[in-house]
Amino acid sequence: MGEVIDRLISIIIAAVILLVIALLHVAYLTYAERKIIARMQQRLGPNRVGPRGLLQPIADMLKLLTKEDLIPYGVDKPIFYIAPFISLVCAGTGVALIPLWEKFVLSNINVGILFILALSSLSAYGVILSGWASNSRYAFLGGLRASAQVISYEIAMSLALLSVVLMAGSLNLVDIVNAQINSPYKIYLIPQIIAFYVFIISAIAECNRVPFDLPEAETELVAGYFVEYSAMRFAIFYLAEYFGMVVMSALAVTCFLGGWVGPFKVPYVPFFWFLIKLYFLLFVYIWVRATLPRYRYDQLMGLGWKVLIPVGIINLFLTAFLKLIF
Amino acid sequence: MGSYFNLFLFALLLLVLGVALVILNILLGPRRPYSEKLIPYECGLDPSGDARIPFRVRFYLIAVIFLVFDVEIIFLYPWAVIFEDLSWFGFIEIGIFVIMLLIAYIYAWSEGALQWE
Repeated sequence: MGEVIDRLISIIIAAVILLVIALLHVAYLTYAERKIIARMQQRLGPNRVGPRGLLQPIADMLKLLTKEDLIPYGVDKPIFYIAPFISLVCAGTGVALIPLWEKFVLSNINVGILFILALSSLSAYGVILSGWASNSRYAFLGGLRASAQVISYEIAMSLALLSVVLMAGSLNLVDIVNAQINSPYKIYLIPQIIAFYVFIISAIAECNRVPFDLPEAETELVAGYFVEYSAMRFAIFYLAEYFGMVVMSALAVTCFLGGWVGPFKVPYVPFFWFLIKLYFLLFVYIWVRATLPRYRYDQLMGLGWKVLIPVGIINLFLTAFLKLIF
Repeated sequence: MGSYFNLFLFALLLLVLGVALVILNILLGPRRPYSEKLIPYECGLDPSGDARIPFRVRFYLIAVIFLVFDVEIIFLYPWAVIFEDLSWFGFIEIGIFVIMLLIAYIYAWSEGALQWE
């Protein structure tokens, strides 16, 4: 009995540590985004709160905590209340499945990839329910667009990951990284560069980021599906969006860039290489946002259905064929 | 206490975090509602009618095509895991399956189901 409680406590401590690390990453991702985009546009970015504006995310959090929590007229109350939590849980739970290091993965389940894909599908519910419940036309249109976009790019993303599963022969994320280390290429980016390309584009679309940010296009829909939310409920949607970016980048690192392996071993910091790769991919997200204009809606759907899905299927069968020959 | 327990524990922690933040917000934030503040946002004008407007049937069509592809992908995942054991047999079988779906995909494309104007 005492042994069980000991294990339970150690698991809870591990989960809390992981959550705190993930939250720090999410908070400082917002800071990094503002700072990097500011630099790319020849501005300074946040520089008032703390040295170089480093305390900005904390100040934002405190400010949002003391704002008024508005519930507008005519909202569908139960749905309006639960939608942000659906978004947050679906976007954030993936963190527990990512192997940061061979011996540090909170939940090493056999169907890791499938579970992350399921969670990213479910996050469409948070979007569409908040859009429907808000009783605002902007929110409604944003929710519709977002759900159509998320399901379209879901297929391309699953096809890209399918090629990785085919090469590794497992759905377990630790096994996939080990299969990459044991393969002649060391990382799957080299044989699966097309799948990586499809995956990154779909991941940007899944997270509703520029250039695919039509659901929340500021210039036409003000904020899209969460326009009626204020204070902390609004912040939870933001948190979910950035959690989604972190999880998608971590999944790309695990499936294509070889997870925790690097050219040489760094003493005492076993997940050094994982974090370096993760930060690089997050930087790419921000870089794309600072560089590209927004897509038109028909271009967006056309890219998903007419380019990425055929490319994904061809790449999958090419992979299978080559694997059979060699 | 397996891996799934850890996973759901983490999901639960996230939920608790979210709920705690919202409760803290309700306790700390002011509460001064009045009728102009509470109308749904429509660029400062009074909202014109119901927000749940009719939407294009094309969204529904996309959802149906998505369902077909999603089921296909669910079939492909177990195939990919045991691909080495099935070898050429599995490759040809799944090839026939995917070609049948591709015919439907090309038909939907030619009928204009993927065309947004």
